[in-house]
Amino acid sequence: MSTVQAGLRYSVEHEWVNAESPVAVGVSQVAADALGEVVYVDLPEVGAQLTAGQVCGEIESTKSVSELYSPVSGEVVEVNDAVVADPALVNADPYGAAWLFKVAVTEEGPLLSAEEYASQNDATVA
Amino acid sequence: MSELKHTALHEEHAALGASFTDFGGWDMPLRYVSELAEHRAVREAAGLFDLSHMGEVWVSGPDAATFLNTALVGNLAVIAVGKAKYSLIVNEQGGIIDDLIVYRIAETRYLVVPNAGNAPTVVAELTARAAGFDVEVVDASADTSLIAVQGPASEAILLDMVREEDRQAVIDLPYYAWVAVKSGDIDAALGGGAENTAVVDGAGGSIDVLLARTGYTGEDGFELYVPNDRAAEIWRLALSLGEPRGLIAAGLAARDSLRLEAGMPLYGNELGLDTTPFEAGLGPVVSFKKDEAFVGRAALEAVKEAGANRVLVGLRGAGRRAGRGGYAVHAGGAQIGAITSGQPSPTLGYPVAIAYVDPAFAEVGTAVEVDLRGKLEPFEVVALPFYKRNN
Repeated sequence: MSTVQAGLRYSVEHEWVNAESPVAVGVSQVAADALGEVVYVDLPEVGAQLTAGQVCGEIESTKSVSELYSPVSGEVVEVNDAVVADPALVNADPYGAAWLFKVAVTEEGPLLSAEEYASQNDATVA
Repeated sequence: MSELKHTALHEEHAALGASFTDFGGWDMPLRYVSELAEHRAVREAAGLFDLSHMGEVWVSGPDAATFLNTALVGNLAVIAVGKAKYSLIVNEQGGIIDDLIVYRIAETRYLVVPNAGNAPTVVAELTARAAGFDVEVVDASADTSLIAVQGPASEAILLDMVREEDRQAVIDLPYYAWVAVKSGDIDAALGGGAENTAVVDGAGGSIDVLLARTGYTGEDGFELYVPNDRAAEIWRLALSLGEPRGLIAAGLAARDSLRLEAGMPLYGNELGLDTTPFEAGLGPVVSFKKDEAFVGRAALEAVKEAGANRVLVGLRGAGRRAGRGGYAVHAGGAQIGAITSGQPSPTLGYPVAIAYVDPAFAEVGTAVEVDLRGKLEPFEVVALPFYKRNN
């Protein structure tokens, strides 16, 4: 069963954000497990203006491809080159090394607590 | 949704931590731990697959050969006992109902292996087409398990699995042939502990296996037909003797990426009722030389005469993004076809796809574009298969 990391907040599209400023954005293990092994990530560029709920990139696995929705609005201030170079990090460490990008937030989209997200996705909080 | 069927090995997969998926109405292992590791294991050592969802249909009787020559597109009367042949069953319009492996078991007895989702249809079609022939069509799918050992180490693993007096037969077995063998003593091989011999009451000893040198991965490999009540023992035997040689259990995700690299068609993707053998590059499977007026013959003769209006080609992506089934293929500003299967090739490291395209754009080297979710990306027509083993 997939785990949901406590202390992060989640969108229904399976992205997580942390509590820092600027916020880091990643995808949940629920999403990573559903995708299978990730082989390619397409991320927004530094300076891009994101709108919460809008598509801002994509994650491709051996078996499928899934769009990445921004959980917040704001400007991208940093992109994780390590995950672009080694997309398998999304499977190996979705809540840590596989953060995707950081945003200077102007507005948040609807976000769930770890407990709410876990209960909606048949996952456990760890 | 109707209840998914389980193979006799379902508990084995669950114990190995498999993720399951619905495939043709069966709850099948998609992956155990990592589909990429499973894919690599088959290319470099060996993988163990449960293919028990596939059908097994026995065709027996004095008219078996002429019946199959009427029911299927190929010439099954000419194959020798002990050999197998890839064939197709089509409808009157020449549309593909299923692709099949046909084993000649005896002069008057064949084993026909359809795909899981098509097995009931194939049984019904064969039964209907058997009218007037002295043959019996018996569906043994529910009682038969099929386990595949695929990869360069598979012969060495099979040599460990069979009893000593059958080893030479394994070594001598050619591609697309079968032989009846017995496993080594299960109790001895699995330690004889209660944990293993209690898989089935009264089990142990040797197990009768119909062993075929066939597969769907592009590697050397074997497929083992065994009765359901002995399947778990054969599975555990293969795992325990194969592990020292690098064998791991492999799921349908790896099976799909392996067959795609090997350029092999999948029913439902490349093959279907709306495709003829000539479009699918399977013209050589159709025998017009045989005398029988097989089902679909007139339609297929017309297609061969007129030429197919689309053909199956291989595509290689120039970038990292992969084309997927259903994506449009463009050239010269217009759509010229569509992808049927595609993904990043784990072995080759670049995106590969199979597509139906206008024959004018089918030549190897032709530059095309694939619509990757709104953005046209460059691809090139390449020869199939994408991957070919060295030996």
